[in-house]
Formats: sequence, C-alpha cells, structure tokens
Amino acid sequence: MAKQTTTLALVGGALALGLSSLALAEDDGPTGKMLVDTCAGCHGTNGNSVGPASPTIAAMDPLVFVDMMTAFANGETYSTIMGRIAKGYTEEEFERMGEYLHKQPYVAAKQEYDASLVEEGAELHDEYCEKCHIEGGIPVPEEEDYYILAGQWTPYLKYAMDDFKNERRETPKKMGRKLDAMYEEHGEDAMAALYAFWASQQDIKVNEGE
Amino acid sequence: MTINRRDFVKATGAIAAASAIGFPYIARAEGKKVVVVGGGTGGATAAKYLKMADPSIDVTIIEPNETYYTCYLSNEVLSGERTLESLAQNYDGLKARGIKVVHDKAAGIDADKKVVKTAGGDEFPYDRCIVSPGIKLLYDKIEGYSEEAAQKMPHAWKAGPQTTLLRSQIEAMDDGGVVVIVAPPNPFRCPPGPYERASQIAMYLKEHKPKSKVLILDSKQAFSKQGLFTQGWERLYGFGTENSLIEWQPGPDATVVGVNADEMAVETSFGDEVKGAVINIIPPQSAGQIAIDAGLTDDSGWCPVDVKTFESKQHPGIHVIGDAAIATAMPKSAYAANSQAKVTAAAIVAMLKGDEPGTPSYVNTCYSIVGKDYGISVAAVYRLSEDGATSAGVEGAGGLTPMDAPEWALAREVQYAHSWYNNIVHDIFG
Repeated sequence: MAKQTTTLALVGGALALGLSSLALAEDDGPTGKMLVDTCAGCHGTNGNSVGPASPTIAAMDPLVFVDMMTAFANGETYSTIMGRIAKGYTEEEFERMGEYLHKQPYVAAKQEYDASLVEEGAELHDEYCEKCHIEGGIPVPEEEDYYILAGQWTPYLKYAMDDFKNERRETPKKMGRKLDAMYEEHGEDAMAALYAFWASQQDIKVNEGE
Repeated sequence: MTINRRDFVKATGAIAAASAIGFPYIARAEGKKVVVVGGGTGGATAAKYLKMADPSIDVTIIEPNETYYTCYLSNEVLSGERTLESLAQNYDGLKARGIKVVHDKAAGIDADKKVVKTAGGDEFPYDRCIVSPGIKLLYDKIEGYSEEAAQKMPHAWKAGPQTTLLRSQIEAMDDGGVVVIVAPPNPFRCPPGPYERASQIAMYLKEHKPKSKVLILDSKQAFSKQGLFTQGWERLYGFGTENSLIEWQPGPDATVVGVNADEMAVETSFGDEVKGAVINIIPPQSAGQIAIDAGLTDDSGWCPVDVKTFESKQHPGIHVIGDAAIATAMPKSAYAANSQAKVTAAAIVAMLKGDEPGTPSYVNTCYSIVGKDYGISVAAVYRLSEDGATSAGVEGAGGLTPMDAPEWALAREVQYAHSWYNNIVHDIFG
C-alpha cells in the first residue's frame, strides 16, 4: 500500500505523470475492471448506459477517454458531477479504465428519433462530421482517434453541444469551423437531423464475442 | 494531446504480455458455493457480479420477497411523480444468469458449520456467505411506536405498502394540514432521504394544498446536503418565511421520544406535544435482524467488517455489505451497497481460488430531487487507507453540487438522477 500513495498524484493540475507508471505490476492498485465497476451505477454495466441522459462509455477510444476524464477533473470541460468524481483518480487509473472500456461490447441506445430526418442527418454527417467522427460516428476499436456519436443518448449529446456553444467545453478548431459552415448553409435546425441520424443507429456490433 | 499514442499502446501491450506470463491459466473456483442472504441492492449486485466473474461458482440468494421495491426514488411516489409499481424489481434477470433464488427467510447462520438455515427448514451450506440484510427499524426506541402504530403513522422507510399508505394519507389530507416527518438519529439508511421526502411532499402541497406544510422534527442539529436543501427550499417553497411550505426543527429539543397514534400526536424531548394530519415516523435503525441473530453486529447495532473484503470481523467466512455494514466513511446508500457488493464479489472470487484479493475501489453517488427540474447530488471516491482500516474518501475529490447552480444545471441533475436510477437498477437486477 505504501507504494500506491507515492503514485497517487491526483490529476487535478499536473499531467506530468506520463506513462512510466504503466510499467508497474498489474496487481499494484485497482484493476481496470475494479475501477470501471464503480462507474456502472450511472453509466451502466460495463459502460453501457440504459439512459435517458447519462452517456454510454463502453468501447470508447482509450486516449479519448483519458483526455475527457482529465478535462473533467481539471474543470476544462464542464460537468454537473463527473468532474467531482474524476478528481479522485490518477492518470494511470484513467488509462486502466480506458483500456478496459475499449474492449467492451457496445450496446447502442434504444431511443426514439424522428425517422423523417435520418436521411438528411446522414448527409450532413457525411459532409461535416465524418472526418473526425469516422464511419458515421460508431465505435471503431481497431482504429485510432475515433469519437463516438452513433448510438449515444441524444439528451447527453444535446448537453454536450450546449456546453460547446456556451464555451463550457472547448470546441476543437476544426469542429468549430465545420459547425459554422453547416449552420450557415443549413441553419441551426441541422443539428436535429444529426441527432436523428445518430440515434437511428441502434444495431451496432462492436467487440462482440470477447 | 499529452500522451503519445504509440507509447501508450506499447506500454499497455507490455502489461498484457507480463500478465500472460504471470498467469498462464485462469484458475476457477469450480463448484464453490456462495450463499447470499438478502436480495436487495447489495445482495443482488454481489450475486450478479460473482456469476459474471466466474460462472462456475454456485450462487444462491435467499430472499423472502418475490418483488423488491427500491427505496431510492420512492419519495417520488409520495409526490405522485411516479407509481410504486415503477419501482418494482424481480429476480428473473438474475435467474437467467444461473443464480438460484430461494424465496424463504434466512432464520440463522451457523458460522462454524458454514450453513444458512431458513424459516422453511432448509439448510444451505456455503464456502462463503454474503449477508446483505438492510436495516431493522427500532420501533421500541420511540415510546408508543410499533409495527401496528405504523399503520396509522407510516415509516415508509422500506418501500412497499408503507409508501402507498403514506401517499394515500397525504392525498386524503385537507388543505391546511400539517405533514410531520420525524427524522432519525445517525447513522441511518439514506442520510438525505428525510429531506428529499420533505421536498417531494412540499412540491405536491404547493400545487394541490398550498395552505398546508411539512414540519420536520429532527433529532439532529445538522443533516446531509443541508446547505443545498435549504437553498432549494428557499427558492421553491418559501423556506424561512412565514408562508414556508417546509419548517425544520433541529434536535435535541425536537427529538421525538413518544407517539400517540390514536391522537395523531408526537411528544418531543423538550416536552412539546405536536399534532399532525399526517405523521411519518422514521425510527432509529440497526442492521437487519438476521445480522443480529447471526452475531454479526457489535454494540453499535451495526456490523464491523474488513473494508478490503467486507468479511465480518466477528465471523470469518461471512461478508456483510450494504446498510448493515460499518463501511467507515461510506454512507448507507444504494450506490455504496452496489459498490461494496462488487468489491466483495471480486474479493470472494479471489479467496475461493486461494488468491490474495486485489486492491478495492469504491464510489458513492447520490441524487436528491428537491423539486421539478431541481436536482442536487453528492459524490465521493474512496480508497482503502494505508493501514487497511478504513475506506477513506479521496481528498479534493467528490463533494456536493455547487451552491447557486443555474437552473439548467439543476435540471440536468434531475435527468442524471433518473439515469442513475435506470442504470443502477439494471446493474443490480438485469
């Protein structure tokens, strides 16, 4: 236990820990599973939320996960409650959680959507989102740098977009430009079509049989 | 991005390789028996997570009721926001996972012979036993209060018919009536519960019986999330004004020491007699009866455990989780019970194989719904202390919804509270 406290530099401020800590033996500190089990009460068993608002975190890109948790912990990204909890973990623990979540099957949200908007949403996604949110925004665990949108809970996505808009969360430069272009061309209602498209993808098969 | 992806993959790959060498095969606890006494939040979670971790373990839950009504969100039944039926859970999901569910009452545990005995006369031998009995209501700590008196002055602190009874009394009450809530001394199940209850009832009164009010008679001088509740009550229910829908009287003077159910009156330690149109008595509590009978409690009435594994300090081989356990810094909440159950399941899987249990990690997250679109929360992350004696909250982490939060943030917390409910229930029983 003594060893653990020396590595227990909280993420809040510094990210200086780097990856050397990963070389520690696996039984030093909680496992990824042990840590992720504590998320399930809000984010669902193995990270698949049954909604309506708290997001699914299964099958996330592990580095995206670590970045997001770090931004919650240091307040760069607004949250109601996640930041308070995120402050309780080390960067190495986020990495373990990210690794575990990466391998979990993804259960797309079963939710209602406006079917008449799906086609338009798919076109908009293709034009404005696909470069970063690859393959329609589904999880692509064998790839690097993917950001899930498809099958995610719509209320959560709306909160996130609201946070971007109100500068409670940093909008990546490319995303800001694409959003501006989309709003100019299609008006703000374009988001409704995107939400419908992402919500319509309810049959995503990822990490099955593992 | 601060982490180089290539290094990250390399480093984690190295771990995978190292662990493959260290553990060339996965030992199983083949055919080992775990008996879980109590199929509530703690027990059902532990059973599910044991089975998920190692399907070869023979897991049996002993639980008298075929339907479990969650206490969490049952305050919303009192305001009419939801029905009791919406809180009903059954054991089909656990049975489908191969968990045996026996609807009988555990009558005793022989810790030496490692056998659980039921009221129905059956015996269930175990290699490890998990006791998750919840609470016992100590009616006799309040003079005149009893299970019978609770038919007139409901406790509604175990969700079910008592919840429906209290709801129907509030509905039947004339406008102008006083709803008395008697809040218990620490420690007790769901520390913010009495105050969320006052909030939910006030929400109903505000709309339907605005001349009425809720009077909380407390044995304590402070309570969970007090600042946030107070601010919410000021914003929504006129708290602190003459026309407040909620009044809080603190202990020790307001401690209710006796009741007269026929007169619908309570007596405080100060000597005041207080009458109510509806009286909700939340009595003092201890660990559930089976924990007492099995010798798992200490003088406090609760069960001392090793918080690394939740193994009883009184009887090796028996683990106590949830409200009944003395979990040091962790509160008696559903999330805590769910979290403790997973730590315990992981520890038991290791112990049955003869391995050393791994490092635990625990969380508590608790929402209270103060009014329409008005949610507040508290959270904490816990670690085993260096000496292994406590599950201590990580400093600088966790804590409360900030004061003065904007409306949109409080509205989000309600959506997250409902998500919390759906997910935790699914995690426990699904």
